[in-house]
Amino acid sequence: MNPERPPNGVLLEVHNISLAFGGVKAIEDVSFDIRDGEIRAIIGPNGAGKSSMLNVINGFYHPQQGSITYKGETRSQMKPHHAASRGIARTFQNIALFKGMSTLDNIMTGRNTLMKKNVIWQALYYGPARNEELKHREFAEHIIDFLEIQAIRKTPVGRLPYGMQKRVELGRALAAEPDLLLLDEPMAGMNVEEKEDMCRFVLDVNEEFATTIALIEHDMGVVMDISDRVVVLDYGKKIADGTPDEVRGNQGVIDAYLGVSHE
Amino acid sequence: MPTEGLDTFPKLLLDRARRFGDRPAIREKDYGIWQTWTWRQVEEEVRMLACGLAVRGFKRGDKLAIIGDNRPRLYCGMAAAQALGGVPVPAYQDAVAEELQYVLEHAEASFVLAEDQEQVDKVIEVHDRCPQLTQVIFDDSRGMRNYDRSQLQDFDTVQKQGRDFAAQNPDFYEEQVNQGKGSDVAIFLYTSGTTGRPKGVVLTHDNVLITARNGVELEGLNEHDEILAYLPMAWVGDHLFSYAQSYVSGFCVSCPESGATVMQDMREIGPTYVFAPPRIFENLLTTVMIRMEDAAKIKQRMFHYFMGVARRAGSSMLDGKEVSLKDRLLYALGRLLVYGPLKDTMGLSRTRLAYTAGEAIGPDIFQFYRSLGINVKQLYGQTEAAVFVTIQPNGEVFPDTVGKPATDVEIKITDNGEVVYRSPGVFKEYFKDPDATAQTKTEDGWVHTGDAGFFDERGHIKIIDRAKDVGKLNDGSMFAPKYIENKLKFFAYIREAVAFGDGRDFCTTFINIDLEAVGNWAERSNISYSSYQELAARPETYDLIQESVEQVNRDLAQDPKLAKSQIRRFLVLQKELDADDGELTRTRKVRRGHIAEKYAVLVDALYSDQTSCYIETQVKFEDGRTGKIAGELEIRDLSGVKMKRAS
Repeated sequence: MNPERPPNGVLLEVHNISLAFGGVKAIEDVSFDIRDGEIRAIIGPNGAGKSSMLNVINGFYHPQQGSITYKGETRSQMKPHHAASRGIARTFQNIALFKGMSTLDNIMTGRNTLMKKNVIWQALYYGPARNEELKHREFAEHIIDFLEIQAIRKTPVGRLPYGMQKRVELGRALAAEPDLLLLDEPMAGMNVEEKEDMCRFVLDVNEEFATTIALIEHDMGVVMDISDRVVVLDYGKKIADGTPDEVRGNQGVIDAYLGVSHE
Repeated sequence: MPTEGLDTFPKLLLDRARRFGDRPAIREKDYGIWQTWTWRQVEEEVRMLACGLAVRGFKRGDKLAIIGDNRPRLYCGMAAAQALGGVPVPAYQDAVAEELQYVLEHAEASFVLAEDQEQVDKVIEVHDRCPQLTQVIFDDSRGMRNYDRSQLQDFDTVQKQGRDFAAQNPDFYEEQVNQGKGSDVAIFLYTSGTTGRPKGVVLTHDNVLITARNGVELEGLNEHDEILAYLPMAWVGDHLFSYAQSYVSGFCVSCPESGATVMQDMREIGPTYVFAPPRIFENLLTTVMIRMEDAAKIKQRMFHYFMGVARRAGSSMLDGKEVSLKDRLLYALGRLLVYGPLKDTMGLSRTRLAYTAGEAIGPDIFQFYRSLGINVKQLYGQTEAAVFVTIQPNGEVFPDTVGKPATDVEIKITDNGEVVYRSPGVFKEYFKDPDATAQTKTEDGWVHTGDAGFFDERGHIKIIDRAKDVGKLNDGSMFAPKYIENKLKFFAYIREAVAFGDGRDFCTTFINIDLEAVGNWAERSNISYSSYQELAARPETYDLIQESVEQVNRDLAQDPKLAKSQIRRFLVLQKELDADDGELTRTRKVRRGHIAEKYAVLVDALYSDQTSCYIETQVKFEDGRTGKIAGELEIRDLSGVKMKRAS
């Protein structure tokens, strides 16, 4: 076990987070935790503040109130580079890959924070820099094997179908060897078969690499099947938190999804 | 080649390890790099695995089922089982659980060697229905951390147990191998089951070895050849080409990285010896033609000009016939500018021998490859014969025949037109099915192929259709469905066809479009579609297919025997025929009877006055769940045929 992980099994905790863009309150006083090794789903209707919450966790947005405790360190806001170097990796709702680069190169960019040699060394590609590159390439090949994307190793990602691009993006996030993986709608826009493949990969990542996963997903079937615990947001507030079964039976959640008028 | 005493595969392997010790035996692309095992290493792998199996209770006569894609370790599994006097039983890797259960149960397999989690899951699913099954060994341990290990073990652990055992019993392996003899059962190969349940064909070491040796000697294969193993291990062709002939001649077998990378891997390896069913040659040609359509004008003109030269001169040169000096020079230029780069793109630049079999190949496709200087030959074979029945001899390659009897094969045509043969490769029996054995194999060793055919004036065999499928139209004229289907399938836009007509007034067909070819055509013609179903139902698609069907009718009209079976009505199916839905066999042959039953509504509509028909179809997804496709299908009448009928 990683010594810097806290003994109580909580990897990340957000306390009383509030985030507003001008007068719009995106998140209001939300607290929850993510335990080490679990798959934690964040669900809610459109505009509930799910993606904002992920952005707060990896430091892209800075909340006006509240604090974040990650691996035992509490701070009022994350910084993106800090999050990345401390083992938080993510994928995006709208794929953010380098379209003109190959699958392999895209995955290699995920190793960027782990490369020790500077740009000049890398350009020379000699001695230690070469060895380092080989080591990273080997890791990238393990990911390619894991995600079963050997056939598109050299294909520019812009030419790939959407479902495949999502898979490559997951590959890039995995290349950073994250402790916490944030997935923003990994199954959105996929057909049944692609969804099943992705579910299997998410479960395998969680099991094989012991990576903690927080995911946003709209497909309730998927959420209920693969997550250990679910937190439900609606209009920026937390309305439920618990196991899939508990959440499913919660009246507030049912109302939020079926659309009961808000006072 | 010294063959004394080398009458089983494990004995042969010991000899290969001595003679070709450091030469490559098998390769696999793993993590992006080709990993090579030499013959000595393969021998070591097999020895350790065999000892490991023995430790875990594998005895002489036990069956080891092997399930997975072509992997070096699975091929090692075959030799290891044989070394212990057991029988490997390869199963089709894409079989669904029930199909797998049938093979496991029928073959009485006590051990399973599975490639990965996907295969292990299937075995576990049917485990309680296969009481004799005691041990499952898997190669790839991904995703297997939480499985109950009491009856499940990974390959490395088994080999490690074998290594410890071999250290204490150094003579065990050789003793086991030396107990084997040529008449022992070498393998069970399950037929794909075009009709009814698959049958387990029992082949002995002699059957497979002698046939493999004959093939190697006929074609002059040696240890410097290269082959890519990408067809199912459960299929007799792969067993003979990628296992038996490799052991006999010492050539190296390469296993592709995954099913999707075969074409890339083929290009990297550059095999000298290729086996591919017509479907693969067709797909490859379709891809080339589609890419040529998108190429620059000058490239297109060069391609068409030099392909013209190749058509004139290429196959004649390959057959050693006279060709004018001008054509020779043009052909040489064409090789530099077009044929060479083209063959390189297709991964065939080093290919000196290519076989195709299993189905009839379109004459245009066949000539295309031969005119490029690739020696593609048709052969006719069966699981029951350990493949070879006939081969086209060098210099005597005619697209419409399957060639002359192979070495040591005798062929006769029975009175009712069926092809029968006798050879050293003739199988021992169908496992646990003496009735079927007696029906197929006579007392003195003649085997009924079930195919209707005849010798032509050159002494070559011509195969028309399955003997039992040849039927009659109501007016008494001959109806050979497969002959018609093949003619249709030679068109790039048609992927599958199913013909009906036996006991009817006229002939009708179902058509399956080729998504890649038709999709590309639709794109160029500005026809929009969002799914296979929608594309298949477009009237423009029907027009396109109609052209091909009319061409087939014109061809059929030429042949007095078959002129009556011109296609009068056809429809385009809304879903691809699929083995998972039981519509094709695992080797992709149409199961006509099953299809006629499943789509009875459509067949009735074809023989009525309806111009369209509503159909709901069940589809099975890869995970075993089912869904539904529904829609209204147009039925097209062919007016051209009616005119001919009137005349």
